[in-house]
Amino acid sequence: MPAPAEVTLPSDREVSVTRQFNAPRQLVYDAHTKPELIRKWMGYTDWDMPVCEMDVRVGGKYRWQWKHKENGKQFGFFGPFTEVDAPARLAHDQYFDPGNLGGAMPSGDPCEVWLELTEQDGVTTLTSNMKFASKEARDGAVSTGMTDGMEFSYTRLDAMAAEAA
Amino acid sequence: MPATHHLDATFAALADPTRRAILARLAEGEASVMELAEPFALSQPAISKHLKVLERAGLISTAQDAQRRPRALEAAPLDEAMAWIEKYRDIWERNYQRLDALLDELKSVRPKSAAKKKRRKG
Repeated sequence: MPAPAEVTLPSDREVSVTRQFNAPRQLVYDAHTKPELIRKWMGYTDWDMPVCEMDVRVGGKYRWQWKHKENGKQFGFFGPFTEVDAPARLAHDQYFDPGNLGGAMPSGDPCEVWLELTEQDGVTTLTSNMKFASKEARDGAVSTGMTDGMEFSYTRLDAMAAEAA
Repeated sequence: MPATHHLDATFAALADPTRRAILARLAEGEASVMELAEPFALSQPAISKHLKVLERAGLISTAQDAQRRPRALEAAPLDEAMAWIEKYRDIWERNYQRLDALLDELKSVRPKSAAKKKRRKG
């Protein structure tokens, strides 16, 4: 398995994730742009992705929405693509759609997101950079509803593991 | 104070290389302002300014010793900042492990042209 993702903070509004994949760049790009592929990996334990629309061209829009398998809660992200240079670079503005989960991104939208893909010897290095509207938005992003949902599923997993033990 | 405000102060304090170097020095043990200024080409007032930022972020404390007033590292805010990064990393790593599996699947259904090469070995 490739080395775990590396997280850095390039500035006080940004967070950057770097990860390598044992696959050609075009496949990694496809997995980030084709709805039928995105649905298979992007999301959270216990959340389905009923909405995944991708109009991948500059000015084209995307819309992602997740729905919790048990309580039916929904939230998502949407926005326009701002840069498309397949399979090397993809950028979009990201707005938070609180659905019926409530809440909002603290201190505003959008978050500017860009992906950069480079390939060497069949290994693709992906850098995903998010530049939030403010420092507060960045630092708060980890505690929005989406991660609460995840924590909920972790807790359940822990409980199941404890029961099984 | 909400947790994110703590983090703002911590990350802002950590954004400066001199302040990170000061923390690295303090990780080895407490030190006076003079001792901290030594390795840097900085005046004591400049170092004091950095120390104030670190102190406001709760990253260092000043010991009672009235003469030397040595500074010491406070680990709690750093732990909080590390926890934030770790949680963020964990979210993505879970996604990327699913992506690894998907990419393996895609590679097997779409073999590279190299795989189609004649397997004629002597």
